[in-house]
Amino acid sequence: MSKIHVSTEINGDQVEFLCETDETLLDVLRDQLGLTGAKEGCGTGDCGACSVTVDGRLVCSCLVLGAEVEGSAVTTIEGMADGDALHPLQRHLLEGAALQCGICTPGVLVAAKALLDKNPDPSEEELRYWLAGNLCRCTGYDKIIRSVMTAAAEMRGEKS
Amino acid sequence: MNVKRKFKVLGTRPVRPDGVEKVTGKALFGADTYATGMLHARILRSPHAHARIVSIDTSAAEALAGVKAVITSADFGEVDSEMTRDTMHNCMANGVALYDGHAVAAVAAISKSVAAAALKLIKVEYETLPHVTDVDAAMQPDAPVLHANRQHRSVVAGTPGNVVYYCDFGHGDVDAGFAAADKVIERTFKTAATHQGYIEPHACLANVGSDGKADLWCSTQGHYNVRLICAEIMGMDESQLRVTASEIGGGFGGKTTVFIEPVALALSRKAGKPVKLVMSRDEVFRASGPTMSASMDIKIGMNADGKITAGHAKLRYQGGAFPYQMVMMGAMSAFATYDLEHVRAEGWDVMTNRPKMISYRAPGAPMAVYAVESVIGELAAEFDLDPIDVRILNASREGTKSSYGPTFKAIGLVESLEAAKAHPHYSAPLGANQGRGVSCGFWFNFGGQVSVSMAINADGTVNLIEGNPDIGGSRASISMMAAEELGIPYEKIKTIIGDTASVGFSDVTDGSRVTFAVGIATINAAKAAKAEMCKRAAKTWGIDVDAVEWIDGAVHPTGHNAGEFPPLSLAEIAANSGRTGGPIAGHHEGAPDKAGVSFGVHLVDTEVDPETGFTTVKRYTVFQDVGKAIHPSYVEGQMQGGAVQGIGWALNEEYIYGEDGRLQNAGFLDYRIPVASDLPMIDTVIIEVPNPGHPFGVRGCGETAIVPPLAAVGAAVCAAAGVRLFELPMSPPKIMAAIDAKK
Repeated sequence: MSKIHVSTEINGDQVEFLCETDETLLDVLRDQLGLTGAKEGCGTGDCGACSVTVDGRLVCSCLVLGAEVEGSAVTTIEGMADGDALHPLQRHLLEGAALQCGICTPGVLVAAKALLDKNPDPSEEELRYWLAGNLCRCTGYDKIIRSVMTAAAEMRGEKS
Repeated sequence: MNVKRKFKVLGTRPVRPDGVEKVTGKALFGADTYATGMLHARILRSPHAHARIVSIDTSAAEALAGVKAVITSADFGEVDSEMTRDTMHNCMANGVALYDGHAVAAVAAISKSVAAAALKLIKVEYETLPHVTDVDAAMQPDAPVLHANRQHRSVVAGTPGNVVYYCDFGHGDVDAGFAAADKVIERTFKTAATHQGYIEPHACLANVGSDGKADLWCSTQGHYNVRLICAEIMGMDESQLRVTASEIGGGFGGKTTVFIEPVALALSRKAGKPVKLVMSRDEVFRASGPTMSASMDIKIGMNADGKITAGHAKLRYQGGAFPYQMVMMGAMSAFATYDLEHVRAEGWDVMTNRPKMISYRAPGAPMAVYAVESVIGELAAEFDLDPIDVRILNASREGTKSSYGPTFKAIGLVESLEAAKAHPHYSAPLGANQGRGVSCGFWFNFGGQVSVSMAINADGTVNLIEGNPDIGGSRASISMMAAEELGIPYEKIKTIIGDTASVGFSDVTDGSRVTFAVGIATINAAKAAKAEMCKRAAKTWGIDVDAVEWIDGAVHPTGHNAGEFPPLSLAEIAANSGRTGGPIAGHHEGAPDKAGVSFGVHLVDTEVDPETGFTTVKRYTVFQDVGKAIHPSYVEGQMQGGAVQGIGWALNEEYIYGEDGRLQNAGFLDYRIPVASDLPMIDTVIIEVPNPGHPFGVRGCGETAIVPPLAAVGAAVCAAAGVRLFELPMSPPKIMAAIDAKK
């Protein structure tokens, strides 16, 4: 079976790859492009560990085919920091001890950023519902929610 | 240790050393490594709950282009130890598939898609056998027995064959205690099996060379244990198998054994290439984990003043398809919270056609404590007594002879109960359809074998190698303890987890042992390095080593030499080490055994919708004695995470089996762990009653927090809905049935 040629943009870089017709975007990112920040926790869109954005829209990359991102702009956790400068979300999750094992962290960060891009001032309830698709088994979510709220306040220019 | 020591580093909240990698996606977990020429493996699993494997025909799969190896149980040899043999037969069925999801064959191929296609070409002929998945059914004389003649000597003769272990703890005369009680309540409880639910599936990369040496990369809580098991199964010397622990994406006890590593090693040996094997989520649910389900009878007597006169627990645990001994932990935990004159806890471990159980955070304790605490709450309500006052009246204290034997040293249960009673949460008003619950919890904690090696670098920094995978921030706590002992800044320490060829044996990251045991080894390694640095300073000054002492990160002359020489700092001594005798290091190997037990108290408010039976957790506060919180944020995180796992156990999570013995909810959609929108903030109150068995007072803190939530949420739901429930999870249909039955 011949592979499909795909041209896309990933974290601002032009990228080309060949994928099998049934190969997920997650497998392409991880197995072909060396972008292993997105994790496969379930493969069925239930855990959010593979979260990325495609043209600004938050998706589970395990539910997107590699062939579908032709001509799109994909962002992953690897594109979040600006060189050595961490994004405020990354910094506040670290300072707030909002990760224990860290496997869900990339997905949580990508999802939280997608929310703040749309809504810079979410309520705790809005944030909790937005992140309901990102399973974390370690933290009980408390420190994740607090850290994202603190980062959002900082990004809005509020003093903490 | 009554006087609280002043610390410089302990109790602060620095950023963890592995943090940046984990927020940037660079940290390498089990599935994140690749090798040149690597093959992808998949495992074929039984669709039957119990079936004899008549034949396996792998010829068509082997003939498929791109397939490099196919294995079955025939590719594994014999092993001597019964425990390892069971583990091996759990990784690959030996003649009989014992549960839905049991591995029967595996393939390695050049791509994932070829491996998947090859699985479909393997022809397995099964002869289905009668099955049993319920613990009470499995204990009946006519139940199908999974393994003949595997009963432990503790089991009373004539007991049906699936009962593999029996235990009996306690003291006094429970019948006399019940006779003296103003009221005796006896209840039967059931709790479902739950899965550890780590987000990272099991994953490994095995590379067996033609010279017989092998490298194994895997996600595990204990790579030395992986080496031990795999070397025996593979017939290798331990020295020839190097196991490296990847970053671990959660374990909670579920990664304390092996499920796929021997399969990957066998495939790699057969194919002569590196083999990567990653479980799907479906496989994780069907063939790894879970913890035990339970059926329990609890009888407790109480006087009108709240004094418990006697308690008797009968615990029947279902632990899957192989012999095991875990009910002991439940029987020992059941009444550990209370100072009782008459107490008895019996336990039975039972085999069924379900996946082989493995530890889940405080294994065996949450269900037993749920049942006991529920009856204590009911008795307190019966006498119209405050549930915390009743618990304080009966609480274990320093000097209490515990229900399982030992006498407790300094413990913080009463302090935790008093903190809960004084907390604003306890007196806050409740709304309509809301109820409040309280429960205590207990866990033993563990010490175990440990190795730490520490090098003092010439620039004054320190490299520390330890052998315990960091599952929740332990590199931070270990670095902090090293910094405290050496008197240098936290940032000067770099702690790494060595592979099995880099540092000595270390027990598995379990039993809430790492900060305790690795901490002691770190302190002792630092003391050894400090002793060497004292020698170097004395040599530099030309005075006797007895005439110097270590104060705050530097060596000072003492006695008549005091003030004769300016102190030499760690950095100064290290910089000069090449001229005073060579590199400076410290190491420690040991088996610390004074892990202090830990108690916690949880308070929870719930609201139950009387129309749907749906429960919302409105407020939650955790109180726990942790001895000394090294990094309070990560201690709080353990308390919060344990509480939420317990909430899931209480309300949602369960293994659901059909009449056919197959698991019906092998995915995160149908096996529902708590999500962010289910929960409020989880407040924490850290209690610090130092453990006399640790230089800094540390107690393990990771496991206790999963023990109280089951009964606390249970009591809160019962109060909110005005019903009594005796079965977990308290899913909406069960709550509605109880509400309807009351109408």
